[in-house]
Amino acid sequence: MTRSRSTGWTVATASLAVVALYAYGCGPAARSGGTIGATGDVASQVYVAPGSHDEFYAFLSGGFNGQLSVVGLPSGRTLKIIPVFSQHPENGYGYNEETKPMLETTFGFVPWDDLHHTSLSQTNGETDGRWLFVNGNNTPRVARVDLTHMETTEILQIPNSAGNHASPFITGNSEYVLAATRFSVPIPQADVPISSYKTNFKGTVSFIRADKPGQMDIAFQLLVPGFNYDLARAGKGPSEDWVFFTSYNTEEAFEKLEINASKNDKDYVAAVNWKVLEACVAKGTFRTMDAEYNHNVMDEFSREGKATVKRGVKVLEPSQCPGSLYYMPTPKSPHGADVDPTGEYIVAGGKLATVIPVHSFSRMMQAIKDKAFDGDAYGAPILKYEATIAGEVQDPGLGPLHTEFDGKGYAYTSIFISSEVVKWKLGTWEVVDRIPTYYSVGHLMIPGGDTKKPFGKYALAMNKITKDRFLPTGPELAHSAQLYDISGDRMKLLLDFPTIGEPHYASALPAALIKDKQKKFYSLAENTHPKVARSARESGVERKGKTVHVRMSAIRSSFSPDNIEGIQAGDTVLFHVTNIEQDWDVPHGFAIMGATNAELLVMPGETRTLKWIPKTAGVYPMYCTDFCSALHQEMQGYVRVGPSGSTVALSATTTRRAQQAARMAANQGNAAERMALNQLRSPLSAKADSQRVPTVDPHAAHRVAAPAVPKPR
Amino acid sequence: MTADAHGIRRQLYPVALPAHEKIMLRPAHRMLLAVSALLLIGTFLFPLWRISLVAPQYPEGLGMLITVNTVKGVEPHHLENINGLNHYIGMKRIVPDAIPELRIMPWALGALLLTGLGAAALGNRRIARLWTLLFFVGALAGLADFWWWQYDYGHNLDWENAPIKIPGMSYQPPLIGSKQLLNFTATSWPDPGGLAAFASLGLAVLVLVHDARNKAGSNGALLHSPENTQ
Repeated sequence: MTRSRSTGWTVATASLAVVALYAYGCGPAARSGGTIGATGDVASQVYVAPGSHDEFYAFLSGGFNGQLSVVGLPSGRTLKIIPVFSQHPENGYGYNEETKPMLETTFGFVPWDDLHHTSLSQTNGETDGRWLFVNGNNTPRVARVDLTHMETTEILQIPNSAGNHASPFITGNSEYVLAATRFSVPIPQADVPISSYKTNFKGTVSFIRADKPGQMDIAFQLLVPGFNYDLARAGKGPSEDWVFFTSYNTEEAFEKLEINASKNDKDYVAAVNWKVLEACVAKGTFRTMDAEYNHNVMDEFSREGKATVKRGVKVLEPSQCPGSLYYMPTPKSPHGADVDPTGEYIVAGGKLATVIPVHSFSRMMQAIKDKAFDGDAYGAPILKYEATIAGEVQDPGLGPLHTEFDGKGYAYTSIFISSEVVKWKLGTWEVVDRIPTYYSVGHLMIPGGDTKKPFGKYALAMNKITKDRFLPTGPELAHSAQLYDISGDRMKLLLDFPTIGEPHYASALPAALIKDKQKKFYSLAENTHPKVARSARESGVERKGKTVHVRMSAIRSSFSPDNIEGIQAGDTVLFHVTNIEQDWDVPHGFAIMGATNAELLVMPGETRTLKWIPKTAGVYPMYCTDFCSALHQEMQGYVRVGPSGSTVALSATTTRRAQQAARMAANQGNAAERMALNQLRSPLSAKADSQRVPTVDPHAAHRVAAPAVPKPR
Repeated sequence: MTADAHGIRRQLYPVALPAHEKIMLRPAHRMLLAVSALLLIGTFLFPLWRISLVAPQYPEGLGMLITVNTVKGVEPHHLENINGLNHYIGMKRIVPDAIPELRIMPWALGALLLTGLGAAALGNRRIARLWTLLFFVGALAGLADFWWWQYDYGHNLDWENAPIKIPGMSYQPPLIGSKQLLNFTATSWPDPGGLAAFASLGLAVLVLVHDARNKAGSNGALLHSPENTQ
């Protein structure tokens, strides 16, 4: 007993020693072991009581899911998923007939993309809460999301582009959304050897007109040397005429980039003067290249997407427009090019660098004036590093990526390799605080942190690796975001939350800016969809050859029509479902057995169309998929499908048909009496009918085509 | 001329006053009576009555306003939405055009306003009393009619087709006050237009009561007459 007890003590002491040693030896790891978040009452800082609202809306890009998520801060609660470049079966985006055109490109229907970055519209360099712009990296596209209803309303394809990564970055009054190429390719595209990279491959910087909804367009493109353009920011205040892009692979490698694009000691920040370019274009210094690209717009009233193919784009080269492009040497494959709120400093995150170089805009202008050049790159002057540099942040950590600002004179840089956020002071370049991330932070976001007026209360780190941070879910784990309180001298980790997809970047704004502008429903009176049914009386069926149009109304808790007969196998049936509610938070869903696409989720006042091609005869149930009311389970119907060539007449039980049937039933008797009655009643009933059918409906005649006599059952 | 007329009146004063006081209201009362009639303008400018509905799933509330000539939603689609919800209990649709009282009411209130002004101008006590009585009876009839509509909508339900049928349950909202109707708390209360009408009637009654009291002590009235004290 004595011996075993002493053995126990020895083991216990030894274990403690080992634990202590381990903790001592692995300092940072031990710090991360669950103690983070336990300092002070951080829970109350992120606790948004039931029924209370978050302080900020954050829009997190979804990366490879092609979507956006709307997240409330500080709670980290996901409020909505906005599909942009990807189909979304949940609400039918990209599956229903109205939204399919949004995903059209000159490559065809592309129902997926890699959505990297977000950019909120600005007025005078400040967030104005009108729109959010996002990019599709893989099949170059830029989309507009309207912040009053948080839906994708416009998508513009970018011609002469590949890897639309340095996109979409916005100018101070939302004049342009910028989009530059990660991949240089032959422009125009051509079948050339890849080894002819240096002679044939080019990049482009596209200036997309953005301030008019529904009218996004490529204003012009600047043809640039075949480097990889990574990220960008527009200038502010004194630098507002300029935009700054980071570039890497100035080695112009085309194979094993990992090694071959990391050779140069310095790559470049490209400074582009868009006012100079505008002037050149106005003078006619451009050539129009024959390029095709899609412009897809969701109509505000019909809520139908329309895909248009545009032709031709204005292209100019820096050599044609002197003063439009300069290169500032910047260490080691820089990622972010971030302009501070004053517009004076351009911070470049050299992802393989050991310092964070900060360029000065005023010094850059002086260097241009002094012609402090160090040669040129394909005709664009390269400024001397010493001439533009304002300072270097020493020992920031390994792999600085991207910097945001708090508006109080501090910058916050995400450090990928050493997995931390570093806070440093603009002007003195000294690191004042650092805090770990879990793990491998990519971008960082401070609400308004890319504008003249940041809301420097929180910083959100978006992490690539989560490992042990949440309950494990098999090999595929969520990415995560971490919220830091940056209101004090020291950064404080408040919250970890898993994200949807891979947020490469996010934008946020104070909720008060847009909260009260949120639409509650679409106006049925303003619905201009050609197949709208504004009431059950306007519903009905119509055959045009092998196509059957069903105008269907949905209201708690019924569809009209709810029984349809006379469909034939092989018919294309288009269910145009209008949700005729004009009330808040009452969507109706629609699904039919065997449909090979998805459901419809129809918001109040809008019309959505599901295409269905039944292949075999039978009776198919359809139903409402969104639990709309106490009698949601009763919101259903049947479609009878006969074999091809069936003689069953097309008919549907709509409210109007039901009324007719009731009238006919009431008139059952001898034919003469019925005829007499009908004659007697016809003026009245004709009047009643004309009152019921709104005169605005140009398709009213179609319904008359359906047989007036209900067929025997 | 006025001075002359005044002078004449003054001359006649000791003789004419008792008779005048017997049948005519004093100027201040006539003025207040005119104010009472003018208050009825409020019934044209503001809704008369408001029925508000709040339920767990309608925290923002739904509401119905009864104005001088129609019934409408507090927000543009509220009436439609109330009708939509009412179909579950088999209640008739509230269709303003089908309520004849709403066509009569503007004329009735307009006539009341004008005759009120007329009565104030004439200053005849009997006419003023008659007007107030008419007003009072009209108001009572209006409220009774409103109650009857509420009763009718709340009780005459389409039991055949109502999806929600609760034996013994009726859905009559209160005339004034709050009542729980299934998941909804219905609150009925006069709106500024209705309050203006009540104020108008109240003022007319007060004026006449005050007048009657002063007349009762008619000696005093003479003594306190402004003309007399001058």
